[in-house]
Amino acid sequence: MSELTRRGLGRTALAGALTTAAGSAIAPWPALGQGANPIRIGCSMSLSGGLAANGRSAQLAQRIWAEDVNARGGLLGRPVQLVSYDDQSNPANVPALYTKLVDVDKVDLVTSPYATAMIAPSMPVVMQRGMCYVTLFGAGVNERLKYDRYFSMNVTGDDIKGHYARGFLECTKMLPHPVRSLSILAVDNDFAQRAAESVRGMAREYGLRIVYDRSYPPTTVDFTPTIRAIQAQRPDVVFFASYPPDSNGILRAVSELKLSAALLGGGMVGPQIAAVQAQLGPILNNLVTWDVYSPEPTMQFPGVVEFQEKYRARAPAEQTDVLGNYLQPYAYAQMQVIAQSLARIGKIDQEALAKDMHANGFETIVGPIRFSALGEWAEPRNLFVQFQNIADGDLEKYKKPGAKVILYPPALKSGELKSPYGAPA
Amino acid sequence: MDPTLSLLLNGVVSGLLLGGLYAAAASGLAISFGMLDIVNIAHPALMVAAGMSVVLLGTALGLDPLLVAVLQAPAFFLLGTLLYRAYHHFFERRGDEALQGLAFFFGVMFIVEVGLVLLLGPEQRFLDPDYAFVTWRLGEVDVPLRMLAPALLALAAIAALWVFLRRSFTGLAIAAVAQDPEALRLMAVDPVRIKRIAFGLSIALASIAGGALVVVQPIEPASHQVFIGRVFAICIMGGMASLPGCVLAAFLFGVVENVTASFYGPSWSPAVAFGWLLLVLAFRPQGLFGRLA
Repeated sequence: MSELTRRGLGRTALAGALTTAAGSAIAPWPALGQGANPIRIGCSMSLSGGLAANGRSAQLAQRIWAEDVNARGGLLGRPVQLVSYDDQSNPANVPALYTKLVDVDKVDLVTSPYATAMIAPSMPVVMQRGMCYVTLFGAGVNERLKYDRYFSMNVTGDDIKGHYARGFLECTKMLPHPVRSLSILAVDNDFAQRAAESVRGMAREYGLRIVYDRSYPPTTVDFTPTIRAIQAQRPDVVFFASYPPDSNGILRAVSELKLSAALLGGGMVGPQIAAVQAQLGPILNNLVTWDVYSPEPTMQFPGVVEFQEKYRARAPAEQTDVLGNYLQPYAYAQMQVIAQSLARIGKIDQEALAKDMHANGFETIVGPIRFSALGEWAEPRNLFVQFQNIADGDLEKYKKPGAKVILYPPALKSGELKSPYGAPA
Repeated sequence: MDPTLSLLLNGVVSGLLLGGLYAAAASGLAISFGMLDIVNIAHPALMVAAGMSVVLLGTALGLDPLLVAVLQAPAFFLLGTLLYRAYHHFFERRGDEALQGLAFFFGVMFIVEVGLVLLLGPEQRFLDPDYAFVTWRLGEVDVPLRMLAPALLALAAIAALWVFLRRSFTGLAIAAVAQDPEALRLMAVDPVRIKRIAFGLSIALASIAGGALVVVQPIEPASHQVFIGRVFAICIMGGMASLPGCVLAAFLFGVVENVTASFYGPSWSPAVAFGWLLLVLAFRPQGLFGRLA
């Protein structure tokens, strides 16, 4: 039995694969039990383009889940087969890929691509066909659609505006001196703007006056003038809502201009990624930022260590994030939700699956989960972590507790805040 | 110093440094797009490929990324000549260079991006020399070497190219082929060969730009998307075939972007920078240094 991988496909027929990537089916998982009528689960995933780093690592996590399940005999006595297409990080590709998955490939179940921008365009197709849909890292996708078969594997919960920045602002209470001023810088995309809206809305409640509040386009190359403009306002607290590689550019500029603040960080996506941690090294020290997972003792949920061992053993060969400390456990948990629900209802029935997911909780490697009426996590769990004692870019420290200390929520808190940002490790 | 004046001064200086990077990225296009009339939309993707190569070679050999960029430039020159051979054979020779040629380079761009993902993975890659973490403070002005060193290399490479184009026979032939290939043939010079050399030079410049980019920021296979609009705009604003115009337009773009970001927020930067492009074209349709046909 041979394993057909996307890379293997690419190496043997590179030119052809390259030019037809948008339309080529990828079945990177073992073709187990093809004669045994496998349960086929389909999705599009960003395997190239700007979202590929997270897309590929999410796919590896799902592949590990499929192998684990098949090693235990499959689901409902049938092997699991995952069918995946590369959406090239292009939302315009997504509807056609989901139409093909459901209408042509006739998969039994669908899961989502990675992140809001890709999930949103898949929704009309999924809704028209009445599929039960467990998504990965979408934020507020179902807020207006109110599709009752939508379920989100994301920690943000129903009310992003009301919850997202709470943890960051709660950290101001841990500071030795009261803080008065806040600056906000957010990239022009849906998630970051919601994050900025959240901190903006709650600033007054924490006695913070907003002294700088701007957005930037994702194509920004040099953040030096923007950081200097923030520095000119002398804010006590600095909130960034950014995406990679902007997060990297922002923090490099912060370091070059020696911007210091009692609390600096916010909703930055990027510092969770191993490559960014390796490059920025001590620049991350004392940064307080949003996160979803940290290998602290308070987050050692059953199964997560075993998953990360398997993931880390394969990530270098797969050329994807080597740590798996971000969305990877959630991609695995996304599939666990489907498996547990299927096991409870004992058949593939989209309506019954949705009813079960609304009615019951799930035990996953990212902890126990229940879904709200909108399909988001009933209890939001936005972590705010602080990078501590970071003196270099060595990644080994991120595999152990102590490098990303959890400050919020209180139930998972694993250390004390260090201030200010800019102080050496 | 007055804080506003300090902001302005730093905005101008950082804009000039950013302009150096833009000049590196756009100068190769000034040759292919401006002089040869080849819409090489894959130029920024090749720049990123060169950057990836710089990271791999620089890490393996322990060399400075800017030095690696210079050392590998001949290989990218050869790559450029091969690309032109294919383009000429399949499209230009048959008179299909307009739409089908554009599709060809779009395909090259796609292949380069996905090829990098397949070969190296989609993760960010970086190679930081020690000086990338050093910032000179000249009074109130901050000059990060992360931006200064690539800008200086880019300007040196463009100056060397400019001298080559103005002083050497091949350089003058490249200028001539941009105006009248047939006249060149009458002088017993093969215009296809001259174009091949010119296109090779443009891709060699992509190597320099790739090295500069690696020092400025980490790169990933999709990084080229950020630069496509800017480099074409700079090339057009500079006057298409003019290297001095390209450099001036790059500086103008950088300064306008950064001064705008300093005072009105970064979300206005692209709008104001491209607004300047429209303004320049309104008063000088041929660009800053271009000549009217």
